[in-house]
Amino acid sequence: MLMLGLRSLMNRRFVSVLTMASIAMSVCLILGVDRLRTEARAGFANSADGIDLIVASRGNPVQILLATVFGVGSTGNAVSWDTFETIRRLDTIEWAVPVSMGDNHRGFPVIGTRADYFRHFHHSGGTALSFANGRPFREGAEAVLGAEVARRFGYTEGTELVLAHGAGDVSFHVHDETPFTVAGVLNATGTAVDRMVLVSLQGFDSLHEDRPGESPDPMTRLLSVEGAGSDGPVDVVAHEAAHGHAEDDDHEHHGEVDGDHEPGHDDDDRAARHDDHEARQINAVYLGLRDRTAVLGLQRWFSEYADEPLTAVMPNVALLELWSITGTAEAALSLMAMAVALAGMLGLLAALSAALESRRREFSVLRSVGATPWRIFRLIVLEAVLLTGAGLLLGYLALMSLIAMFDPLLASRFGLRLEGWWPSGSEWMLMLAIFVAGLVASLVPAFRVYRMTLADGLSSAH
Amino acid sequence: MEDLLNITHLDYRWPGSRRFNLSIASLRMRRGETLYLRGASGSGKSTLLAAIAGVVDLPPGSITVDGIDVGRLRGGARDRFRANHLGMLFQLFNLLPWLSAVENVMLPCRFSSQRRDRAGPSPSASAERLLGELGFEDTALLHAPAGQLSVGQQQRVAAARALIGSPGLVLADEPTSALDESAKGVFVDLLLRECAAAGAGLLFVSHDRSLEPHFDRVLELSELQNGATTC
Repeated sequence: MLMLGLRSLMNRRFVSVLTMASIAMSVCLILGVDRLRTEARAGFANSADGIDLIVASRGNPVQILLATVFGVGSTGNAVSWDTFETIRRLDTIEWAVPVSMGDNHRGFPVIGTRADYFRHFHHSGGTALSFANGRPFREGAEAVLGAEVARRFGYTEGTELVLAHGAGDVSFHVHDETPFTVAGVLNATGTAVDRMVLVSLQGFDSLHEDRPGESPDPMTRLLSVEGAGSDGPVDVVAHEAAHGHAEDDDHEHHGEVDGDHEPGHDDDDRAARHDDHEARQINAVYLGLRDRTAVLGLQRWFSEYADEPLTAVMPNVALLELWSITGTAEAALSLMAMAVALAGMLGLLAALSAALESRRREFSVLRSVGATPWRIFRLIVLEAVLLTGAGLLLGYLALMSLIAMFDPLLASRFGLRLEGWWPSGSEWMLMLAIFVAGLVASLVPAFRVYRMTLADGLSSAH
Repeated sequence: MEDLLNITHLDYRWPGSRRFNLSIASLRMRRGETLYLRGASGSGKSTLLAAIAGVVDLPPGSITVDGIDVGRLRGGARDRFRANHLGMLFQLFNLLPWLSAVENVMLPCRFSSQRRDRAGPSPSASAERLLGELGFEDTALLHAPAGQLSVGQQQRVAAARALIGSPGLVLADEPTSALDESAKGVFVDLLLRECAAAGAGLLFVSHDRSLEPHFDRVLELSELQNGATTC
């Protein structure tokens, strides 16, 4: 029976392959959309996994979450250093890490923070950050790179980078006066951290120190940059020759001072005191709580904070809000995938039905050697099962090769990781649904052929 | 001894037809007998064969084959009866063109365990032996797709398929009409020899009178018909 079905399909291999391909395409699309969605969600959730609260100037929670954890967009106003000092001394706080953002390096977000970020920041169900090579940055012009940034540009420990002001791919203001040395590269996390360039707050602030003689007017600044730096990415080596040996010396000095100590709490405290006079501002504070049940009370406390308007964001809640926003687009995408699947099923139906007329002789031969109409009915269903099954397999393999092909791109652009060879539970369900749909679609031609063979008998063999 | 085929008071009309297409008072065949049934196109011979093969609905008691009342069988039982007891041979287009000659011959064994059991320990060996005895000389073509074979070769394959697993009765509907004159006699002789070897009766329907002398008995279908006119 299986052999008869297979051989008959082989005999119509052109149509069979086309049908299979159309099913494979719909499988690929449906599973692709599903995987993109689940992995995007998982990736986002993993990125913010270790943070209990994000405190920033009053604003939309989703915007704050995107700006801080994912380096997309920006927060509104800054948070004063005094507020940070107040927050980190709260009893309920286990740890507090300040973060500044808004700059980029060749399109990747630059985050200013402190070295204890690497100790406190956890992702993907409590995994700590780890270094592929190097160590945390020290105060001054040192940077730690996410895995994807390092991989993309071939950076490694000791490479010097030029960081730019502004968040876009092409920045208004290239801070070519401030080269940063790569102190370390993080292991890949599959989260937004992979795409980040992490520097000290002090280093981050140095990006914004106005040089003497530079106009504070942004328009004239813009004009001067167009003259000086519009010829593409700044060559690091050329830059080093042209600029700031004095500044490099200055940075080395900072490095030596801090380098005598292991980065730690004492160090941070000292650095914080040291920084006080700069009246530094930060964009947000990541908080870890001693007791997570205190989170709601603390959130209220922040919203009523007297000195400046603050919003405390629970990452998971903000993510839910984000999904409710993106849900419409996801639904549209899913609907489209379903429509393609439906088209695939109709293709199967059409292919099986169209073949029936030309196969009357085949059926009557089978009838003459003793096949029951019910058996021929099953033959048609079996053919549909074979086609759908092969289509599913083919589609899944196609998806896997597409993922293998585009994984680097997705990872670098969006921090998305779609890997995983074995289908997930929901993917099994989707494939099962397609399989059942193929089975149901085949019942139509199968029933037709059942009636046809009953009516024909053996007569068309003559 | 019981008759191989016993037709009594068979009246049949195709659904929607006003007249009887078939009306036979009596037709009997002994076991192993070879019967030549002469009939022009449209004389109802195809209907008769379909009736014997259990493809059409019949009143009970009108046809028995090997003691089985075909009219009493319903649905799948008729198909099993056909697979078990009958070998069928048509004038053309007997084969599934994408199966090999041997696979085509073995088809009845797929649908009938009785035929498979009677075909011996190795149905494919039996198929090859039958093909050889029926003059299918080119062994290289045994496993080639049947669609590539000549008409004469295809009819030998169809004959071997009708005979495999020793059915009691072989129904042949103008199997020689597509063959040239010199091949006809040879083919019929081989067919008769193998029917005798398998102990099968042969009901051979044709309008080619030159073949009549090969058979035990010759009947004219229109003489059997009870005044039924068919078209």
